[in-house]
Amino acid sequence: MVRYFTRLRVRRVYKWDGTPSSFDRKLKTYFFDSLNISVEGQPGMTTVTPGQYVLIEGDNEDNPFVAKLLKFFGDESNQQKKALVQWFVRVCEVPHNKKKLLGRSPHPQEVFYYLGHTCDNEIDAESILNTVQVQYVPVDAPFPEPGIKDTLYVKLSWDTKTFKDLDPALMQDTPVPASTPPRLKPASPCSPPAAALVSLGSVGRKMPTPDPMVMRRAGSVSRTRGPVSASKAGNNEAESVHSAAKLSASKTLSTKRRGSSGVTPGVRKKLQLSIGDSPEKIMSRKDGLCELLDEEVDSEKALVTKLNSSPRSLHHGYSLSPVRSDHRPPNSLGGYPLKPTSIMLDRLSPTALGEQDFSRDMLLGMAPLILEDEVFEAGLPTGTAKTPKKRQATPRRKYFHEKATTPSRRKDSAMTAREPSLGVLAEEDSESSPMQLVVTSSRSKRKSAQLVASRIRKQLNLMGDAQELHSDDGDDDCFTPSKKDLHHSSEEDLEDEEVSKSEETAGKTTRGRLRRASTTPARTPRKPPSKKATPSTPRTPRTPRHATPSIPSRTLPARKPGNVLEEARARLHVSSVPESLPCREQEFQDIYNFVESKVMDGTGGCMYISGVPGTGKTATVHEVIRCLQHASDMDEIPTFRFVEINGMKMTDPHQAYVQILQKLTDQKATADHAAALLEKMFSNPAPKKETTVLLVDELDLLWTRKQNVMYNLFDWPTRRHARLVVLTIANTMDLPERIMINRVASRLGLTRMSFQPYSFKQLQQIITSRLNKVKAFEEDALQLVSRKVAALSGDARRCLDICRRATEICEHSAPQPSSTGLVGMSHVMEALDEMFSSSYITAIRCASVQEQLFLRAVLAEFRRLGLEEATFQQVFVQHRALCRVEGLQPLSVSEGLAVCQRLGACRLLLLEASRLDVLQRVRLNVSQDDVLYALKADRA
Amino acid sequence: ILRQRFCHQRLPEKPMGIESQHKHLLELLRRTAVHGESNSVLIVGPRGSGKTMLLKCVLRDLLEVKDVNKNVLQVHLNGLLQTDDRIALKEITRQLNLENVVGDKVFGSFAENLAFLLEALKKGDRSSSRPVLFILDEFDLFAHHKNQTLLYNLLDVSQSAQAPVAVIGLTCRLDVLELLEKRVKSRFSHRQIHLLSSLSFRQYLDNVILQLSLPPDFADAKFFEEWNDSIKNVSEVLHQVSVCKPSIKPTDLLEASRVCVADSKANILHGLSVLELCLIIAMKHLSDIYEGEPFNFQMVHNEFKKFLQRKSQSIYNFDKPVVMKAFEHLQQLELIKSVDGSTGKIHKEYQLMKLMLDHNQIMEALQKYPQCPTDVKQWALSAFG
Repeated sequence: MVRYFTRLRVRRVYKWDGTPSSFDRKLKTYFFDSLNISVEGQPGMTTVTPGQYVLIEGDNEDNPFVAKLLKFFGDESNQQKKALVQWFVRVCEVPHNKKKLLGRSPHPQEVFYYLGHTCDNEIDAESILNTVQVQYVPVDAPFPEPGIKDTLYVKLSWDTKTFKDLDPALMQDTPVPASTPPRLKPASPCSPPAAALVSLGSVGRKMPTPDPMVMRRAGSVSRTRGPVSASKAGNNEAESVHSAAKLSASKTLSTKRRGSSGVTPGVRKKLQLSIGDSPEKIMSRKDGLCELLDEEVDSEKALVTKLNSSPRSLHHGYSLSPVRSDHRPPNSLGGYPLKPTSIMLDRLSPTALGEQDFSRDMLLGMAPLILEDEVFEAGLPTGTAKTPKKRQATPRRKYFHEKATTPSRRKDSAMTAREPSLGVLAEEDSESSPMQLVVTSSRSKRKSAQLVASRIRKQLNLMGDAQELHSDDGDDDCFTPSKKDLHHSSEEDLEDEEVSKSEETAGKTTRGRLRRASTTPARTPRKPPSKKATPSTPRTPRTPRHATPSIPSRTLPARKPGNVLEEARARLHVSSVPESLPCREQEFQDIYNFVESKVMDGTGGCMYISGVPGTGKTATVHEVIRCLQHASDMDEIPTFRFVEINGMKMTDPHQAYVQILQKLTDQKATADHAAALLEKMFSNPAPKKETTVLLVDELDLLWTRKQNVMYNLFDWPTRRHARLVVLTIANTMDLPERIMINRVASRLGLTRMSFQPYSFKQLQQIITSRLNKVKAFEEDALQLVSRKVAALSGDARRCLDICRRATEICEHSAPQPSSTGLVGMSHVMEALDEMFSSSYITAIRCASVQEQLFLRAVLAEFRRLGLEEATFQQVFVQHRALCRVEGLQPLSVSEGLAVCQRLGACRLLLLEASRLDVLQRVRLNVSQDDVLYALKADRA
Repeated sequence: ILRQRFCHQRLPEKPMGIESQHKHLLELLRRTAVHGESNSVLIVGPRGSGKTMLLKCVLRDLLEVKDVNKNVLQVHLNGLLQTDDRIALKEITRQLNLENVVGDKVFGSFAENLAFLLEALKKGDRSSSRPVLFILDEFDLFAHHKNQTLLYNLLDVSQSAQAPVAVIGLTCRLDVLELLEKRVKSRFSHRQIHLLSSLSFRQYLDNVILQLSLPPDFADAKFFEEWNDSIKNVSEVLHQVSVCKPSIKPTDLLEASRVCVADSKANILHGLSVLELCLIIAMKHLSDIYEGEPFNFQMVHNEFKKFLQRKSQSIYNFDKPVVMKAFEHLQQLELIKSVDGSTGKIHKEYQLMKLMLDHNQIMEALQKYPQCPTDVKQWALSAFG
């Protein structure tokens, strides 16, 4: 992750740029067009304008909030700087339990358009950190290569409950308020959904005035440009570190320049690589090239014509719509005469029609591929050559997405409808003076672009030469001319820009910008594939940071339970989740009320839950959370996040911090750092914050000598901004009194609850409810089990295990004709015997003769001494005597010791360390009566 | 063939005398493997009662079932090898072949490791992931790990809807459940399979015969006949002679058993010098007089001198340092041991010692001792020095 400037802890100076663009008399607020952020100690200055995407300081340093600026305003005294924003939600801000709604693994740089109402969309402008690039990606399109670091992708919207497909129009422009001036009207027909969302967007806005609207629109048009320049100014240093190797779409130009200036031959190599190493990785790329170049020629030429035509048309000052219509015909024309194959046409259309839907384009791109595979023998090579081309098309599309106000999905008709609006915008641009700044910044950009272009041209020429060297036909021409043409086009483009610059008319600049936008992608695609191809090879050894391990999935599906008994067994397994939790209604209600009230109020609190193992503490809490989440889905209560940690599942109490942090924000840190981050998170107010419900299982294991872990856990909820509810679970009722020092115990508060062990009726109810009408047990048998367990421990787990075992026993004895197929008393008895009976007696009975003799000797010695302890030596004397009585040959000392050790290993005897030899003390681990009973029974 | 059978612990074709346990365990594991049902079980039995043999047989049979073969993962852990949870976790990761997921990244912390593994196990659910058999040898040693974290987590997984696991513990301690913490215990399913040799002597004998007799496809048919006959003979004799199982064996076996059961202490006594023997006798008398109270060198020396004064014909009057040397030698042989650990403070001669030998051992050794002076023998036999 790129470290943003928060880490550096630099001071930022925020200054309004320019004079207030408008003044709202009612609210006495001034509206501003842009905000300058300069970072102390760095020369650059970042200018933020409405419509841009910005990072906003939040409680998570690595992942600042993302939002889109709607407008700036400040009060009269100019003390406060406020901004209206449209929030975006990062993946890590989405609650864990909702992530699965996504149905796929989220892209690390994915953000979601936030539609919720719980967050205040008015923020302090001084919390803006920086600008960021946000791209809209169509729902069914894959994410771009993850190499791009600073760009975030939007696919879906998130309204705290569900993910929805995001209407591209939302991304394309800011919501248009109802009071939009009539001249902006043309925009609405082309993006009808936008109109629908307008009302939503306008809710947050108080008094929309026409001027800022225009500004916003303009800003949205120049969005791509703006961030580029801004981030370039501000991020220069960061870039030099990070993006030198990576390709970031927002910084294509700067990176390209750097790359080209740095390693001229390197780029060439990369380009070659891109041709050869594209996904399929075909070895015989040379041959392939030769064969496919024929078609390439045509396509490239067509492309060139298109490219040539488009800038030209632009240059003529037409609005974009004619451009589109213009360069469509040339394409098809160029395609047909040159090589009248249908394939050609197919291939051309996707490349040329940049504005078509990406998915569709993919399809089209694939279709020709297949076709060509059939037609040409060298099918695969064509694929290789085409894949870069395809990619070439895709980035361009993205650029269009950003640039064009209307969704690029729309057909040409929509396009044409939209273009006027663009023109209008351009005109408005010219009127608005503040825009000049952006323009100037973009101009500087353009200069650099020129340099880049010239360099690239050189390189490509070089490359063309090189290719001509080692391949023979005019096939090469396909590449070289195309590239050259590309350069021509870009050159022309640049010239155009220069012209426009000299003209100084804002309208021209915008148009030039637009045009440049159309050409840059044409140029860039050469790069992206190459750069993408190269990092992919060395990166393979590197492992992803968040490797998601998993047990390899089984090759065969698990078999479904066959008969009644198996069904019952599956239901009785502890792991199976019951539909409801019987016998814990009261506790459930209490916990539910507690958590619900805290969540509703947005306050914090602690609760301590105790109970012996197997009484359903954790299950109840989970059930509560499930219900609450359901309720929050139903909009009855605000959303909250649920985090669970278990004292047993961590190695060290301090790991609790790490786990909490990881579950809250998905970032890893050391224990100390995590503690600091959490501290900050819970003590500072943040613009949008949900209540966090933290479940701490096995609390007693979080005990440390200074108890700082527990202290913090219970201290956070008391903070004003924490909004933290802590539920703790432990076994002992008096844990707070016993191990906690006063300040910890007092913070825990008095909200306690203890789970009583289940009574036999409850246990019976639990089993019946689990079985849920599966008739497998006799009534008496159930009662026996529950009574037994209730008398012993009240552990539901134990109860279920016994039942399970009983079903097994029943199954094994099933062949008997007498059995009814139900688990009867006898089976249950057997199971109970197995589980509860002490094994010592059987063990003694099965012991060897000498072992039994030794035990008797031990008993005799105890009786003689009147103590419960004797040394081996003493026992051994008795043993010998017994041997003589029994008529056995007495053992030697070593043998006697061996016997003794065997008994010790079984823990029938407790022995001292064996190095004490003859003098080690011997004690019985079972009661003397047991031994006597066992031995007597044995004799009988 | 016999040597092969005994030395390389080859699995018998079918487990002897523990058929029911075998069936039970097999059924249990089969359900884990096929139905994805999580289970936990303990196999308890004294050493050498065939716990591992049983398990191996079951696993072999399990893997013979066709659809199970490629379907289960096994993790073998031994409490003697994986002495703490950290090592155990690493071993689990290794045996599950999960390192390829993490690559050659050296595992950071114990905590990370644990979290990693838990995540891995949590990922799977009942039906999708392959069942994992955790086989914990020397289960009781795992219970001594700090907080019993590993056991808790394994058993917790087996009790919740995560990847199906079967936790099989092998132990010889009957009281192993008492070692478990209450939370851990609650999560254990309390299935125990006891392996206790409840065989009668007859069955035991049959078993031995079966193990000893050669397979019928032996090359030399005649030899095969002879051998099996002799085995039968031997077992007959065995039957007649012995009631006490571990010790006495007839003819050929007698020698071997004698080596097996030989008393090492007595052997040491045979190698002692006369002087040392005398000292031991003196010690014996001392402990007789004071009823097992510890003694020191000075006392032993006095006793020894008394003996010399009375009948000093055969034994040369040794100097005190020489006797001291002999005494130290005995100490080195651990025939005598100092009572308290702190040897530094007290002067050597006054250090309290205890004799580690039994009377009978001494007497036996004296009887066998070559050229033992008769007066020494007499002294040893006499009631009081």
